[in-house]
Amino acid sequence: MTQVLQDTIDAASLGSLYALFALGVALIFGVGRIANFANGDLLTIAGYLVVVCATLPWPVVILVACAGPVVLGLAMERFAFRPVRIASPTTLLIVSFAVSALLQNGLLLTATDQPKTTSFGSSLVQPVHLGSVTTTGIDLLDIGVTVVVAVVLTLVLKRSLIGLKLRAAAEDFLMSRLLGVRANTVMATVFAISAALAGLAGIMLTIKIGTLTPTFGVQPVTVAFVAAVIGGLGSLLGAALGGFLVGALTVVIQSVLPQGLGPYRDAFVFGAVIVLLLVRPQGLMAPATGERI
Amino acid sequence: MRAAWPIVSLLALVSAIALILPGVSAGLSGAVVAALINLILVVGLYVFVGNSGVLSFGHVTFMAVGAYVCAILTIPTIARAIMIPNVPSFVPKTAIATIPAILAGALLAGVLGVIVGVPIVRLTGLSAGLAMFAVLLAANVVFSNWSPGPGGAGILTRVPTDLTVAGTLMWALLAMILAYLFQRSRWGLRLRGSRDDEHAARSLGVNVTAQRLQAMVLSAFITGIGGALYGHYVGSFGPDAFYIPTTFLVLAMLVVGGIDSLAGAVVGTLVISVISYALNQWTNDLPVGPITLKLPAGSSQLVVALLMLGILIVRPAGLMRGRETALPRLLAGAPRSKTRSGPVRAR
Repeated sequence: MTQVLQDTIDAASLGSLYALFALGVALIFGVGRIANFANGDLLTIAGYLVVVCATLPWPVVILVACAGPVVLGLAMERFAFRPVRIASPTTLLIVSFAVSALLQNGLLLTATDQPKTTSFGSSLVQPVHLGSVTTTGIDLLDIGVTVVVAVVLTLVLKRSLIGLKLRAAAEDFLMSRLLGVRANTVMATVFAISAALAGLAGIMLTIKIGTLTPTFGVQPVTVAFVAAVIGGLGSLLGAALGGFLVGALTVVIQSVLPQGLGPYRDAFVFGAVIVLLLVRPQGLMAPATGERI
Repeated sequence: MRAAWPIVSLLALVSAIALILPGVSAGLSGAVVAALINLILVVGLYVFVGNSGVLSFGHVTFMAVGAYVCAILTIPTIARAIMIPNVPSFVPKTAIATIPAILAGALLAGVLGVIVGVPIVRLTGLSAGLAMFAVLLAANVVFSNWSPGPGGAGILTRVPTDLTVAGTLMWALLAMILAYLFQRSRWGLRLRGSRDDEHAARSLGVNVTAQRLQAMVLSAFITGIGGALYGHYVGSFGPDAFYIPTTFLVLAMLVVGGIDSLAGAVVGTLVISVISYALNQWTNDLPVGPITLKLPAGSSQLVVALLMLGILIVRPAGLMRGRETALPRLLAGAPRSKTRSGPVRAR
């Protein structure tokens, strides 16, 4: 029983981290049809900002590490994605890959590929005992932050004017523009929110792991995409669910794998995902839109 | 003549460059071999991506399989006990010749192409590309934790470096011929139809899933050849050689040249190979002809990324615009409009 509870907490905390990344990615995809690989690098950049500012008071660090990615996200939207906005999804995917390579190599040039360590938030990595279950402060914070973000995002999308515009743009971009929604505002907002989410996720992952390299964000962003694809590209709820599912899968596979195969855990997780996609290629919660022929 | 001209012109172009450059400067043979290997990888990627319209971010996995298999089979017999103590027992104890080893590597890559392809080709374009990326990550995890050699972490050394420009050129020409024959065959044409309009193709009876799988297998085979040659070019490698920087470089070469045509693959490889070579020389404080610049490390990738972004914004169809090389006016007979290799696409 204790083991089940322990596994549940582990799965929930890992899943909530993945869900946070997946939300940012799904938001951009839902509205702009862009699968933004560069989100992973925004995550990495947030981590590096944490390292650079680690000596400052922690609210400032959080602010800086969120603001940096937002600025970059807006620049990315303005200079890389806006010129190709009408292009096919394939071209947009390649553009996002190119932007990601640009950011990674920029980081490589400025920060070199020596791993950087930080002890920011190290108090949160100490074990915390809740009854018979052991977890860490950062794991609980992950769950908390994700829940708060999900609630705030839902409120914004359902109750605010900009949320209405975002939902309209996600449903039919052209029509919403004809009805007066400014495309540039919508895209900028989406990139900003997604970048802020990436920044948050980056901060928490940095606290959790403590070591940074320029390719830090690659595995999280892939998991985010995989989670968003499982959930059905374009559905925010699906993306969050997908994140939790991948987190749960990871924990289950970890506990089930025999000792020698432990390092291959990620390979098994991705294999399981591919099997899932075989069974339901459109994802768990595919939006009910059809496709124009 | 008209049908053969695109491939003949490309074969001639590649052969000419590959054979003349080492004559100009002996130091260029290495660069030429590297460029030819890149060409094979790009052509391999093109066979799948260009014909099906589905992006694949994980093709470098096939390169890895080709490289590891060929390397394990060709590490010299005297070194085998030390270099690869941890391989399974069905691996022969004596090294085999390079050419069969390359083919073996490519064949196994093709097998992986079937295994991976069966689930992937059922997904829509975007999901398929992302799923292939997940395959790449999984493969990287597997190779990094597998230790066939004493170095651990998937590193292999003492692979014989016995490539010649002429030998590599033969493989490159083979890859290009295979790609061209495929794209002109009825399977390739059906696949291109599904690329241009999937619903129309299905309504005409094209089995899109099967066609994509065929392309994936051929593509994996060719990429496996490239990987096997890569192993023999560098002599020692680890799983990092088959990860994101390589994926990006190969994709950049294809995108810059133009995804939809073989000529695009060739031209893109040529352009980026030249620029990469120059930048790498300058990063290492070496002259390129009369010019020497001082560049920080990593600039080569940065410039390639900027170039790719620029092409995507200014000329999204790539330098060749998705067309093959056109028959020169003189040989074309009566005056006609420029040849096109595909229908006009609404973007």
